[in-house]
Amino acid sequence: MVNPPVKNIMLNRLIRRSVLGDSLSVRAPRRSLCGPGEFAKPACAKNGSDEKQRVMTDGGRFDVAIVGGGMVGLALACSLASMPITRHLSVAIIDGNPALVNGICIDKVKPPDPRVSTITPATISMFKDMGAWECVLHHRHAYFDRMQVWDYTGLGYTRYSARDVNKEFLGCVVENKVLQSSLLSCLQENADFSKTVFPSRLASMSSNEHSPMTGGNDFSSGTTSGDLAKLELSDGTYLSTKLVVGADGSKSLVRELAGFKTTGWNYSQNAVICTVEHDAENWCAWQRFLPSGPIALLPIGDNYSNIVWTMKPNESVARKSMDEADFVKEANHALDQGYGPRPTSGFPGSNDGIFSWLKTDSTPSANEKFELPPKVVKLASERMVFPLSLKHANNYVSKHVALVGDAAHTVHPLAGQGVNLGFGDALALSRVIGEAIAVGVDIGEVSMLRKYEAERKVANLSMMAVLDGFQKLYKVDLGPLNILRAAAFSAAHYIPPLKRNIISFASGEQQLPPLFT
Amino acid sequence: MASKLLRCATTVSSFIRASPSSLFSRPRLLSGAASSDPPPSPPPTDLPPPPSPGGGISRNPDRRTSKSSLKDPELAKFSALADTWWDYEGPFKPLHAMNPTRLAFIRSTICRHFGKDPSSPRPFEGLKIIDVGCGGGILSEPLARMGATVMGIDAVEKNIKIAQVHADRDPSTLGIEYCCTTAEKLVKEQRTFDVVISLEVIEHVANPAEFCKSLSALAIPGGATVISTINRSMRAYATAIVAAEYLLGWLPKGTHEWSSFLKPEELVLILQRASISIKEMAGFVYNPLTRRWYLSDDVSVNFIVYGFKCKQ
Repeated sequence: MVNPPVKNIMLNRLIRRSVLGDSLSVRAPRRSLCGPGEFAKPACAKNGSDEKQRVMTDGGRFDVAIVGGGMVGLALACSLASMPITRHLSVAIIDGNPALVNGICIDKVKPPDPRVSTITPATISMFKDMGAWECVLHHRHAYFDRMQVWDYTGLGYTRYSARDVNKEFLGCVVENKVLQSSLLSCLQENADFSKTVFPSRLASMSSNEHSPMTGGNDFSSGTTSGDLAKLELSDGTYLSTKLVVGADGSKSLVRELAGFKTTGWNYSQNAVICTVEHDAENWCAWQRFLPSGPIALLPIGDNYSNIVWTMKPNESVARKSMDEADFVKEANHALDQGYGPRPTSGFPGSNDGIFSWLKTDSTPSANEKFELPPKVVKLASERMVFPLSLKHANNYVSKHVALVGDAAHTVHPLAGQGVNLGFGDALALSRVIGEAIAVGVDIGEVSMLRKYEAERKVANLSMMAVLDGFQKLYKVDLGPLNILRAAAFSAAHYIPPLKRNIISFASGEQQLPPLFT
Repeated sequence: MASKLLRCATTVSSFIRASPSSLFSRPRLLSGAASSDPPPSPPPTDLPPPPSPGGGISRNPDRRTSKSSLKDPELAKFSALADTWWDYEGPFKPLHAMNPTRLAFIRSTICRHFGKDPSSPRPFEGLKIIDVGCGGGILSEPLARMGATVMGIDAVEKNIKIAQVHADRDPSTLGIEYCCTTAEKLVKEQRTFDVVISLEVIEHVANPAEFCKSLSALAIPGGATVISTINRSMRAYATAIVAAEYLLGWLPKGTHEWSSFLKPEELVLILQRASISIKEMAGFVYNPLTRRWYLSDDVSVNFIVYGFKCKQ
């Protein structure tokens, strides 16, 4: 499971740790930030007594250094390993999580972890191309072919079915750790691909520019260290690379060190997530909009479902600490008649609603009646609380640097699109790297990386706008607005082209929201 | 012939004179001596010259430069110039923007010609390629990364130094052999190559027919040749001269002279006389929305041809 170079690094690290003490103590002052457009200079090696005892270890040269070995970072590595033109690249993965070296342990008997992702068909085909999907299928996963969305006013509902777009499923719910371990083993099985895991954290980043203006005289001494970015890790290892990829999440240090600014806001909402158990299996994804935010019930296999429940921060604190039985009661209430009545089938008032004339050419799901989600009988995991925010980096790339996933954009978890956007980034970036290699351009060159940025900004911003719009739509509880929302639900339910477009947008198959295509 | 030579020389010198001086203030300051010069016209020695023809003119006959022959202050100066040459937003932006598209054409035609695997990261492994009129090396370096053994030549010594300094920064381009010489001289030395490439050069040479003969002589029998230039069409006049030089300021005024452009059929004819038969021709089209160049059938402005040297 652990390959020899990784073992060596682990060993080195252990030795260094025991000699030098905790390297974390020297990490903090080394994080120096500076203005946009330039990298933080690595802390000068001449000052400070703690610098003297630091043993700098040369980690080597890499083509790509991925900071963050989460789902998106590993997907990028897998994607590079799977394309003939990028297969030769040497890749470093920097992540302090020991699981990357020791392997991720998945217990099939235990109830599923509350951290799950809703994987779209676009992401599934990406996983299949990389050869990682087989491994996912060996673990717990739940395809769903139906989805029901409704709201607390009881005025309308929409049912989506995979049959509307002639597909077998709308998506698949998988635990994050399953996705991560599948990508990891896919990477490890690929013996020809050169990858090195550094079980450490990024401390600083600098650009090795060869400009005489900055006193870079090393070219005159005959060295050819190349036009590279240099990374220093918290354990004293340094490595140089043509391209640093920030896959280090919404609090990305790479983004900070590269000086990229972000735009965004907090929703002053928290999400409570947990695993729950039903009496029977659940094969449908449910989402009900409540005054304080949506509650989603996603199937995760066997008799389990995952709850993602958005609410005000004070409510989330109460619901996290309340008695299990009370929580189950409140969840069932929120999924049925809490805050308002059940919708009647069809548009309010009659079965032949305003869109009934469309029924001759309707999608299969248009005739489906409103259904009640299955009752929750038991809480099957701990309850976790996450604050929600929207954040978007103004730039994704600069020379030697690219951001992917949450480092570039954090979205409202509604519709489970976040990680799919991240996988889309990973795929797009690996393709752009391939294109750069095909025409002999250095992979750290910003002119090529801009192509990645242009492609993904459109996709990410449109999804962010749609999700943010939904969130804002439900912040107001006003009579006329409620009717409008209900009309929108009914339109989505009964107008076949719109419905197909919504499904295809949510599946990751088209980049622009329904009304723009 | 003499008038043509003269015209070519004026083309190059007017390029240098007309270059916006503000762009080069940094290198001038660096060189020190030049900054004390009060005259408004910047000294031409501090400007990165355009890629120069390997044919018509030669200023510094047969002076090879290599890393070791450059002194430290010299290196600093050329390093700064190289930064300008290689700045994707700098004065050579149009060349940089077009480069991936030109390389895509070269990659697909050369892979087909020599039966190489186009999905390989280094498909040109084992091929000897000469880049005639290499300028700062923006074509030579990608070719080297694609696996080729590259020689880059340029008649302007400053270009060669810029190219050398820049190539030394990356181990993958370290092996490029840069030489300040002309195609004619290499023909006399009886050097031959698998592939001869000369992009955006032939419109600057005094005698295109002679130049093509030299290119042909540099290719091995059955070897490939790639040439790109600008069409002598009204659209080319409007876009390559009026728009690019005067309206957009992409190129210094006087870079191109419309009457020295070649029509595709003329180029095909003079290459045929030089025993190179054309296999493929494509045009470059610029999309101002995406700011990218695309290959197309439209050869009315910029075009590129690929041919092979007849075996005889």
